Amino acid sequence: MAETLHNLALGFSVATSPEMLLFAFAGCLVGTLVGMLPGVGPLAGISLLLPATYGLNPTAAIVLLGGIYYGAMYGGSTTSILMRIPGEAASVMTCLDGYAMTQKGRAGAALAIAAIGSFVAGTLSVVGLMLLAPPLADLALRFGPPEYFGLLVLGLFVLAALSGGSVAKTLAMAVLGLFLGTIGIDLMSGFFRFQYGLHELGDGIGIVPVAVGLFGISEILLALGRAEPPRVQKPKLRELLPSRRELAESAAPIGRGTVLGFFIGIIPGSAHIISSFVSYALERKISKHPERFGQGAVAGVAGPESANNAAACGAFVPMLALGVPSGPIPAVMLAALMVHGVAPGPMLMAEQPKLFWGFVASMYIGNLMLLVLNLPLVGLLVNLLRVPYAYLYPAILAFCVLGVYAVNQSVIDVWIMIAMGGLGVLLRKFDFEVAPVVLGLVLSPMLEVALRQSLAMSAGDWSIFVTRPIAATLVGFAVVLALAGVASSLRGRAAWRRRLGLES
Amino acid sequence: MTLSAETPASGAGPTRDRIAGVGLVAFGLFAVWEARALPFGSLGNPGAGMFPVALALMLAALGLLLALKGGGPALGARGWKEARPGLAIFAALAFAALALETLGYRLTVTAVLLFLIGAVERKGWRAAVLVAFGFAFVSHALFADFLRVPLPRGPFGI
Repeated sequence: MAETLHNLALGFSVATSPEMLLFAFAGCLVGTLVGMLPGVGPLAGISLLLPATYGLNPTAAIVLLGGIYYGAMYGGSTTSILMRIPGEAASVMTCLDGYAMTQKGRAGAALAIAAIGSFVAGTLSVVGLMLLAPPLADLALRFGPPEYFGLLVLGLFVLAALSGGSVAKTLAMAVLGLFLGTIGIDLMSGFFRFQYGLHELGDGIGIVPVAVGLFGISEILLALGRAEPPRVQKPKLRELLPSRRELAESAAPIGRGTVLGFFIGIIPGSAHIISSFVSYALERKISKHPERFGQGAVAGVAGPESANNAAACGAFVPMLALGVPSGPIPAVMLAALMVHGVAPGPMLMAEQPKLFWGFVASMYIGNLMLLVLNLPLVGLLVNLLRVPYAYLYPAILAFCVLGVYAVNQSVIDVWIMIAMGGLGVLLRKFDFEVAPVVLGLVLSPMLEVALRQSLAMSAGDWSIFVTRPIAATLVGFAVVLALAGVASSLRGRAAWRRRLGLES
Repeated sequence: MTLSAETPASGAGPTRDRIAGVGLVAFGLFAVWEARALPFGSLGNPGAGMFPVALALMLAALGLLLALKGGGPALGARGWKEARPGLAIFAALAFAALALETLGYRLTVTAVLLFLIGAVERKGWRAAVLVAFGFAFVSHALFADFLRVPLPRGPFGI
C-alpha cells in the first residue's frame, strides 16, 4: 500500500505539471465535444485525433487520449438528456429517463446527476485501477501463450453473452472482425494473406479506418435517413441543482453502477456499452417503483451514467496490466502507445512508472476538470448542436478523411474507410452490432499467435489448454458460456439475458 | 445496440435475418475459396491458411444458423431513405480518395464540401463557398501547421 501511495505521488508530480494539465484539459474539452456530436463517438474521436498525438511524448499522448475518452462519456450523456440523441452508444439508456426528466423541466438536474455520478464512478474506479492493476500485472507474468489464448477466447464469449440482441449475430460480427484481422503478412510464417496486389495491406487492415468507417461514416449515412432532428433544449445554470430528494434517490444507483461498471469494464472482450444496459436493468429490477422507469426515474440516469464511466476506467486495467484491450477504444489507445514505442503489459509499471502513474493521476484530475468545467459550460456547448446538420456532416466527413489518411499517409486506408462505411450501414440495417468487428480485428493477431505458439510449445498437443491451471480455468469458463449460449438457443429464449435487459 | 425481440416476421417474403444469414454464408464460402492457395498445415502445426479458413467456416456456420432461424421483420419493412444522399456521400468520399494526393488536402476538401453543401444540400453557393474554403484552410492550419499532422499538398504547394 505504501508503495502504491508512493507511486501515486510520483504520478501526481507528473500529472500536475502545467504541460500535462493542459493536455488533460484539452482532452476533456475535445472529448466532451466529440461525445456530443452524433456520428463521432469516443472511438471515432480518438481514432481521428490519434495522428495529432504523434508529435507528443507518450505520457502526454495517453493523457490527451484518456481525457478524450472519459470526456466523450460526459458529452454523450448531454445529448442523450437534452435531445434524446445518444452521442455515443453507452448513453443509449440515459436517453430513456434523462430525456423524460428534460420534458418534465428537470434537464439541469438530470445533467447534474449524470455529471456527479460520472465523477464519483470515475474517481472510485481509478482507485480500483490503482489497486488492481499491479497484482494483475504480477499474475500476468505467469501468463504464457496458452493463458493468453484462454483469456482472449473467454473475452469473446463474454462479449457475445453480455451484448444486447442476438448472441449468434454478435458472435458472427466478432468472427468477421477476427477474419479481417488475418489479412496481411502472417506473423509466424511471413506468408502474405489476401494481398490482391496491395502491398499496403502487409501490416494488415488498420483499426482506425475500420472504426471510423463502421461508426462514423455509417452513423452519418443513417442519420440522413431519419426525420427532422429533435429540438435542442438549453438548460439554465440555476436549474442545474438537483433537489435533495433527487440526490438521495441517486446515491445508491451511483454506488451500484460504479461497482458493476468497473468489473464489467475489466472483463476482456466486454465493452463499456454493456455496463449501462446491465445497470439500467438492475435498477429497474430492484426498484420499488419500476413503473417510473422511462418516465423520468432518477435511478435510470444515475445508474447507467455511473456504470459507463466506471467501465471506461475499468477497461484500462487489462489494457495497462496485461496489454490486452477489453474493447475497441482501449485497443486504439493501445495502438497509440505502441506507435510511441511503449509496450503495454506486465512490465509497463516497472519500466515506465512515470507514464503509468502519471496517467492514473491525470484521470483523477480529468474527472475533477470535467465536473467543474462541464456543468457551467453545458449551455455553451449545446450551441454546437444548433449548427444545421447540412453543414455539420460534410465537416465531420472531411475530418474522417483527414484523420484516416494521416495515420499512415495512405489513400488505401481512405478506401478501406469508405468500404467499411458501406458495410456498417448494411450491418446496422440488419441489426448487427458493429463494435465486435473492431474488437475482433484487434484481437485476431494476438489470438492466432497465442494459439500457434501454444501448439509449438506442446509439439502440437492441444491438451496444453487444459493441463495448465490458469489456461484450463479460462478455457473452462469460455466453454461454460458457450454451452449456456447453445442451451438458451435450443430453448429458443434466454431468460437470464431478458432479465438483464439484454433482450426484450 | 438493439433491444428488439428476435421474432419471426409474420408477412411473406424473406426476413431480414434470413437475407443476412445467406450473405454471411456466401462471404464465408468465398473466403474459404480465396484462402485455398495458403498453406493449411496440420492441426498440430497450423499453417498460414488454417486460422482464416477456420474463421470463414465459423462465419458460414453462424450465417446458416441465422438463415435457418430467419427472425426479424421482412426486409422491406425498414425503409432505405438514406440511399440517395448516401450515394452522393460515397461519390464525394471516392473523389476525396482519388484526388487527395494529386490536388492536396485543401483543394480536395474544398471541392467535397462545395459539392455536399452547395449541390446536395442546396444551401446556397455563397454559404457553401464560405464554409468550404473556411473549413479546408482553417483545419489545415490547425492540423498540418500547428499539430504537425502530415497532410498532402497540391499544385503550387496549396
